[in-house]
Amino acid sequence: MIEFLLNQERVQLDGLAPNLSVLDWLRTQKGLAGTKEGCASGDCGACTVLLGSMDADGLRYRSVNACLLLLAQVQGQHLLTVEGLTESGDLTLDRLHPVQQAMVAYHGAQCGFCTPGFIMSLTGLYLNHRDYPGDSVVIHALGGNLCRCTGYRPILDAARSLFQAPPVELLTSPAAAAFFAAPLDPQPSLSAAGRTIYLPQDLASLLRLRAANPAARLVAGGTDLCLEFSQQLKPCPDLISVAQVAELKSCTTLDGALSIGAAVPYSEFQTTINALYPQAAELWTRLGSEQIRNAGTLGGSLGNASPIGDPAPLLLALSATVLCSSVEGERELPVADFFTAYRQTLLRPNEVIRAVHIPAHSAATKLVCYKISKRIEDDISAVLCVIAYELDDNQIVRVRTGFGGMAATPAPARRVEQALLGQDFSLATLQRAAEQLATDFQPLSDVRASSAYRLTVAQNLFERLWYQHQGDIEVRVAHAAL
Amino acid sequence: MRHFETDPPPNEHRVVGQAVAHDSALLHVSGRAHYVDDRVEPANCLHAYPVLSTIAAGTLVSIDASQALALAGVVRLITAADIPGRHDIGPVFPGDPLLVETEIRYHGQPILLVIAQTYDLARRAAQLVKLEYQTAVPLLDIHQALQDQSFVRPPHRIARGDVDAALSLAAHRLSGQLHLGGQEHFYLEGQVALAIPQDDGAIHLHCSTQHPTEVQHLTAQVLAKPMHAVTVEMRRMGGGFGGKETQAAQWAVLAALAATLTGRAVKIRLARSDDFRITGKRHPFFNTYEVGFDAEGRVSAADIVVNGHCGHSPDLSDAIVDRAMFHADNAYFYDQVRIVGNRCLSNTASNTAFRGFGGPQGMIVAEALMDDIARALGKDPLAVRRANLYQPGRQTTPYGQQVTQFVVAEMIDRLAHDAQYDTRRAAITAFNRNSPIIKRGLALTPVKFGISFTAQHLNQAGALVHVYNDGSIHLNHGGTEMGQGLNTKVAQIVAQVFGVSLDRVAISATRTDKVPNTSPTAASAGTDLNGMAALDAATKIKDRLLDFVAERYHAARDDIEFGADRVTYPGGELSFAELANLAYLQRISLSANGFYATPKIHYDRELGTGRPFFYFSHGVALSEVEIDILTGESSVTQVDLLHDVGHSINPALDIGQIEGGFIQGMGWLTNEELRWNDQGALLSAGPATYKVPAIGDTPTRFSVQLYESANPEVTVFRSKAVGEPPFMLANSVWCALRDALASLTDYRYAPPLDPPATPEKILQAVTVARHWQKQNQQERRDD
Repeated sequence: MIEFLLNQERVQLDGLAPNLSVLDWLRTQKGLAGTKEGCASGDCGACTVLLGSMDADGLRYRSVNACLLLLAQVQGQHLLTVEGLTESGDLTLDRLHPVQQAMVAYHGAQCGFCTPGFIMSLTGLYLNHRDYPGDSVVIHALGGNLCRCTGYRPILDAARSLFQAPPVELLTSPAAAAFFAAPLDPQPSLSAAGRTIYLPQDLASLLRLRAANPAARLVAGGTDLCLEFSQQLKPCPDLISVAQVAELKSCTTLDGALSIGAAVPYSEFQTTINALYPQAAELWTRLGSEQIRNAGTLGGSLGNASPIGDPAPLLLALSATVLCSSVEGERELPVADFFTAYRQTLLRPNEVIRAVHIPAHSAATKLVCYKISKRIEDDISAVLCVIAYELDDNQIVRVRTGFGGMAATPAPARRVEQALLGQDFSLATLQRAAEQLATDFQPLSDVRASSAYRLTVAQNLFERLWYQHQGDIEVRVAHAAL
Repeated sequence: MRHFETDPPPNEHRVVGQAVAHDSALLHVSGRAHYVDDRVEPANCLHAYPVLSTIAAGTLVSIDASQALALAGVVRLITAADIPGRHDIGPVFPGDPLLVETEIRYHGQPILLVIAQTYDLARRAAQLVKLEYQTAVPLLDIHQALQDQSFVRPPHRIARGDVDAALSLAAHRLSGQLHLGGQEHFYLEGQVALAIPQDDGAIHLHCSTQHPTEVQHLTAQVLAKPMHAVTVEMRRMGGGFGGKETQAAQWAVLAALAATLTGRAVKIRLARSDDFRITGKRHPFFNTYEVGFDAEGRVSAADIVVNGHCGHSPDLSDAIVDRAMFHADNAYFYDQVRIVGNRCLSNTASNTAFRGFGGPQGMIVAEALMDDIARALGKDPLAVRRANLYQPGRQTTPYGQQVTQFVVAEMIDRLAHDAQYDTRRAAITAFNRNSPIIKRGLALTPVKFGISFTAQHLNQAGALVHVYNDGSIHLNHGGTEMGQGLNTKVAQIVAQVFGVSLDRVAISATRTDKVPNTSPTAASAGTDLNGMAALDAATKIKDRLLDFVAERYHAARDDIEFGADRVTYPGGELSFAELANLAYLQRISLSANGFYATPKIHYDRELGTGRPFFYFSHGVALSEVEIDILTGESSVTQVDLLHDVGHSINPALDIGQIEGGFIQGMGWLTNEELRWNDQGALLSAGPATYKVPAIGDTPTRFSVQLYESANPEVTVFRSKAVGEPPFMLANSVWCALRDALASLTDYRYAPPLDPPATPEKILQAVTVARHWQKQNQQERRDD
């Protein structure tokens, strides 16, 4: 059985397919049609809902795509949909939530189909900030909500207007307080027709379940796995969710080294990692959308071994390791060895990824992180290039690289590294090293970019690095999401 | 003269001209606005899902559905053999089979339908149907189609004078070509329909369509029933943009067919990836141009060929390519001119209406050649544009229509002044000299867009107005609401007539049993047509009320005034509600229908001359961009728009159309890239790979001003159509990108840049520009 709060209603459920999405459940079983299906692939944001969970700082809400969220993963949380923002009964402007009032006042809806999704993303923003957080934060919060009618200007204006009046409490607050005060089933799961999703709450339970169910699929954020159900209509296997395992949900720093639990959503470790590696901030703000960053995890990304997952190249360049756990014990593998082939890793059938360790780096380490995609926001990289290097009197004394989109797995460019190591840091050195990319990689042509473009851009990025190093030259186009 | 007032009313009691919110705004933001899929399903509702072809050309040999039918809950299949009436649902010309009989014409073509108890089951069962084909070689290349003369409709030609002679006499000549990408509509609400059988064999349809009458007509023909046996109801669409003008019909007709065959309600909803694969898009085009011009850049001869990539069937391609031809001049006078339009066949989905309807694909040729002329002469492109504008004495379009309103020159002057074109031009040139990686570009381009359906009979509309005896008003018209705010505008018009507040007027769903024989809501003409029809209906009732008040209170009609929810006459007044009740008790009809047909328009297709458009809408845009010459990344950093909507009926809604149209046009020209494989399968079949603009793509500095001037033609309250024209303001973005690229050649050459200008295309253009510059410098040295 699973339990959660839907708007103001406490829900207990069982006997539903483990792969049932929140979106389908809301629309087909609860008759709550305010949450819309635009794409069912996490790319449009029309189905955005808020998930409220209790952490050390109290109740916090984050926006997620209901199409990429398994119903069982709502366990123990508050699922807030657009219907939960207003009392039932006649609609009048003054009975609407301030976010809704602002969208009316600024003509932020035309056809209205994307609107509930925007309302929920904006509500998440409203709940997480006391004052206007600035255009940049707003744009990153709304980059995963597509509107085909307005051109977005009125929605931005609505967002800008939000923080002028004193904050208004959610209608659902009393129900949420009561829900989080009550105890929950310590061993939640959801089963139907012989298939189960398990939601272990601690590492020991997770490892026991994993050992007993080697054929089950692990799910963390679910942002990739759910596509197999909604897009490819694959049959549902048994599932083990790692999302609620306490030991996988912490993020710690010690003397410059960083350990990130495998089930910590990107948005929750962004601030910590940015403090250590501000040069890589763009990688995290442009990874998927806010909804994806609120759900996706490093464990999920590495476990999927996607050739275009954005975190892996950074982890490669930072010499990170993957901590794998099983009932037999733990082992630590370099990220550089972890990927064996297209979507294949060294992870054993009884193992789970527990955490990712990023070792401390000397203050002299320089880092550049370049993402190239067709659209700046919420787009998969054509090329992702990370270079970490150290100079001693203008000589390159250490260098590590990580590339995405250039091969069947995320990979370092070893010949490039060789060509750089020990050389003077100069444009000529960088250009010579860039030529080695053609021996390191033979990238594919696909719908995102051609092989030739990938290679040329990756090489040109070494020139960007040079100009960026000069300091006073503009090397990026001015874009609101950069 | 018509019998009603079309000029804007005096300032008191104005409802028209107010920036009121969309009539569904509260429903939208609260999630309570119902779209077709949100309706409570009728009891025992079934779900249908199509089985799609996985080849682009060939014949169907056999269907094996045994695995699908073995699933518990799968009810039946429907194939072409089950169709009682007409099999072809081509909207104007035949060519669109409802389901494949034997010939397969594109990858993704619906072959049969699986009916099941749930949506998921129908979709999964559809996946299990095995199809056997005999495959043929698909035609996918437009050059091949041109060589083979494989056309879905015959070519059309518009000409004036002797172009060949004028070209050979011209002081300067140049030529160019453009491959233009298509565009997926990406309406947020995908194609969907729900058919409910009635007790008498009739069908009631809820569907997301811009053209309820056509859905009704086609459903009746497919079911071999009279039109009165089919009612189509459409409350709102979650976006249309042209994609639901003809291509919503197939799903509605299939749902109706399934409901008829099963006797149960049936719903169809396409998964987004299938919506991408099955439905047609904006036409890709391949255009060529050769122009002759003088030292000032004035065009003396233009020889233009526009070739539309139509897909496998005609659909609306005849009219779409015509509109591309009608707009290949944009706002410029070509002295001697020849414009040829070809409608090329390809084994892809049948391309269809999309905001601008071919206009953008024609108009961009005019902007490309203006830029090319400017580079060839070393002039600022804006100077060349100004020199070529229509003006008194040079005012006849290639198709013989007179341009009579010359506001574009003034609009350009005003925008160039207000947005500081000259200052910014100088600043950008200086910036580019000192910036090795980032280059900036600037362009100011006009839009002149013809308003009217080019199919003359579509320029008509009907409306139905009831005044109830409590003074509340019910309004119905033939137009459809897809977000543009049509219902709000028409309600404002009716409220204005009766002098009542807007909340007294309720608009219900568009229904074919209330207003018959309607035209699609398209061609930007929704308010022009339906607003006029509603004005006619409301005025008829108001006339009766005026007569009644005049007689009862012995007042002259001219002394009676409607306003502020009251009716005043010399010596007294009463509320509108009291008047409605009094009139009812005196047995006066408080219901009327209205009608409107656009005057003055005609076009002789044999001669290629006439007046296809009632009037023109205008706009001007100034866009500034940045490009990164190492990666091809680009950004639109500042946009200033000035747009002509005549007297605005609702400035907030009009600005919404202008901004939204601009950003959608920017998407077409920059990031929205459709890719097929060499077997004709769409690769970019979803928003994961097809990237429409996101919120950060909206320019940080984005200014929109309305150019207030009365429409010289008699339109409703002298307003102008606004739906499509702003789309083409985005041409300024493409021209600005080419301007940034031209900085690599000291502005003497702008490399070709086939839209969409993705980072990859921009990087290719950088290479071409650098190569040109190298050669040119070499030549200069050799001289």
